[in-house]
Amino acid sequence: MTREEVYERLNKVFQEVFDDDSITVNDDTTSDDIEDWDSFEHINLVVAVEEEFSFKIPMGKVVTMKNVGEMVDIIMETGK
Amino acid sequence: MHTLLQYPFDSQFLLRKRKSIKKELLASPGLMEKHIAILGGSTTHDIKDMLELFLLDQGILPVFFESEYNQYWQDAMFSNLELEELKPDVIFIHTSNRNITAFPDLEDSAEAVEGLLEQEYQHFAVMWDKLRETYHCPIIQNNFEYPFYRLLGNRDASDIHGRTNFITRLNQRFYDYAQAHEQFYIHDINYLAADYGLEKWSDPFYWHMYKYALCMDAIPRLAFSVSNIIKSLYGKNKKAFALDLDNTLWGGIVGDDGVENLAIGPETSMGQVYTEFQQYLKAHKKLGVLLNVVSKNEQENAMAGLNHPDGVLKPDDFISIKANWEPKSRNLVQMADELNLLPESFVFVDDNPAERAIIRQQVPGVPVPEIGQVEHYINVIDRSGFFEVTNLSKDDFKRNEMYKENAARARLQASFGSYEDYLKSLEMKGEIRGFVPAYMSRIAQLTNKSNQFNLTTKRYSQGDIEAVASDPDHITLYGKLGDKFGDNGVVSIVIGKIGGEKRDELHMELWLMSCRVLKRDMEYAMMDELVEKAKAAGIRKIVGYYYPTAKNVMVKDFYALQGFTKVSEDGAGNTVWEFEITDGYRKKQHVIDVNGAVTEEGAGK
Repeated sequence: MTREEVYERLNKVFQEVFDDDSITVNDDTTSDDIEDWDSFEHINLVVAVEEEFSFKIPMGKVVTMKNVGEMVDIIMETGK
Repeated sequence: MHTLLQYPFDSQFLLRKRKSIKKELLASPGLMEKHIAILGGSTTHDIKDMLELFLLDQGILPVFFESEYNQYWQDAMFSNLELEELKPDVIFIHTSNRNITAFPDLEDSAEAVEGLLEQEYQHFAVMWDKLRETYHCPIIQNNFEYPFYRLLGNRDASDIHGRTNFITRLNQRFYDYAQAHEQFYIHDINYLAADYGLEKWSDPFYWHMYKYALCMDAIPRLAFSVSNIIKSLYGKNKKAFALDLDNTLWGGIVGDDGVENLAIGPETSMGQVYTEFQQYLKAHKKLGVLLNVVSKNEQENAMAGLNHPDGVLKPDDFISIKANWEPKSRNLVQMADELNLLPESFVFVDDNPAERAIIRQQVPGVPVPEIGQVEHYINVIDRSGFFEVTNLSKDDFKRNEMYKENAARARLQASFGSYEDYLKSLEMKGEIRGFVPAYMSRIAQLTNKSNQFNLTTKRYSQGDIEAVASDPDHITLYGKLGDKFGDNGVVSIVIGKIGGEKRDELHMELWLMSCRVLKRDMEYAMMDELVEKAKAAGIRKIVGYYYPTAKNVMVKDFYALQGFTKVSEDGAGNTVWEFEITDGYRKKQHVIDVNGAVTEEGAGK
């Protein structure tokens, strides 16, 4: 799975969770860039990402992710 | 009903698509607004979101109060303006074993453990008492799920020091409270967690990461389960089954295979599984759920199948049996009409996906569970919560009998010359009086269940009913009706508020009647008693209101029939009616013996 392929699927997850088809994310995107991205939506987002890529993000990593780029790194390591 | 929200639903999908699903559901007509307070001992954000979807799907528009993280006890025990202003209709207390503050220590004596149990129980019991006293509304309280680890292994269940044992005993104390108090309902997360799989349900990841007491994926299951209690409280339970026969109640096709070759009874595995399903359905009769058949079959074959010697369900267990070659949608609508029920009060059970699709399309609103294979029919139907039991009343036990009696009345009616002769032959006895404590629960239940013969569709909790009953500014009446075939119990409710400058007007806040006693002149008996009681209170004028809904068109002209004059009508079809009470008021009904006093015209006959 290439980084581009991950982003293609990831954008769709973001669009669904935030119910906004105009959202596209990149390596530097953080919760400050998306208006509705609060701690509750973050839970949702993580769960949706886990489902989309059929894997579980371990707690240690959920708490340290700084931006979408790091999320993609984790997906590329263990996601499907 | 939205098929996405019908059990078994795709939890992940609901969590992801909640926003767009919500938008769609908010567009449904006739939503009933209810104020729901969620008092949480852990995070409740997604629980609230999912509960909102399921309630909307039941026609309930929730307005929420959500306590701050783990503030359930403080919000309940101390004055809370936001909560007070919301005036909750329902309070849901979402606690879990994470909220148990102390568990027994291995060295504790039996007395010490007992003390601890009492302490944990009282923490909750004082809160319930306080909430009941402050808000007078139904309370839904989670019990506790089992712990996710067992220090004592298997002994954890039986030893008083085990957490499993402690939770079991604490839950029992909760149940004792529920048995002793009305309007208090246990939400059984202990069963839900077991059913879901405790290891996954209690995944500590979600606690430590988000302070959720259960895993994300289980949240829709929990919310659905809570929504079932709430919709049941507001009269939105289903009332009847419409059942297919071939490959639904038995294996095989009776017309092709012959009765002797059907799979039903103890001889084979397939026979046994259908037997268990028939037993499951039959048990619903005691809950007041009506069993009916909608089958594409020759009547003769259907009856032969139902008379199978090993069958559990017999023709006599059904209220209505439609076995013909008409479309099932037509049969279902006709059956609903004959039983004075709405089509959406039926649960349609059919093994054939094509028939299910037709019903969904032709009779929208009718729940059509995806029942899967026969060995899973019960799993799906049971978890769908169609008939969630919040209150068990004697009326429920008797409902099947009452419908049977109605059928007997219908046969009798055919043998009389005039309708009035028929009514007189029923030897009806009515009891119409102001509200009394014995019927408060039934009265509240009726205000929440009646949709068709209901002028204002105003809903009351039991607390509201008790308040109205004791208020000197209200005139209340309940009506019971019985006849030679049986007793229908409380079937009509009237509530009026005294008003006007001279306090000589009575404004009707509620007038409803159960459809099971339609065309029995009971509504006129209620009017007669109302006029009498109003007169005694110095009332000169009765003002009636009709507020149209999707379901109450049958009473659009009710007040005209009672002799009222229409005084206004607005664009939405809301009408206001007036009736002057004169000394010359003549009783409108002469066929029911009310309160033991034989009616004027009935005397001497």
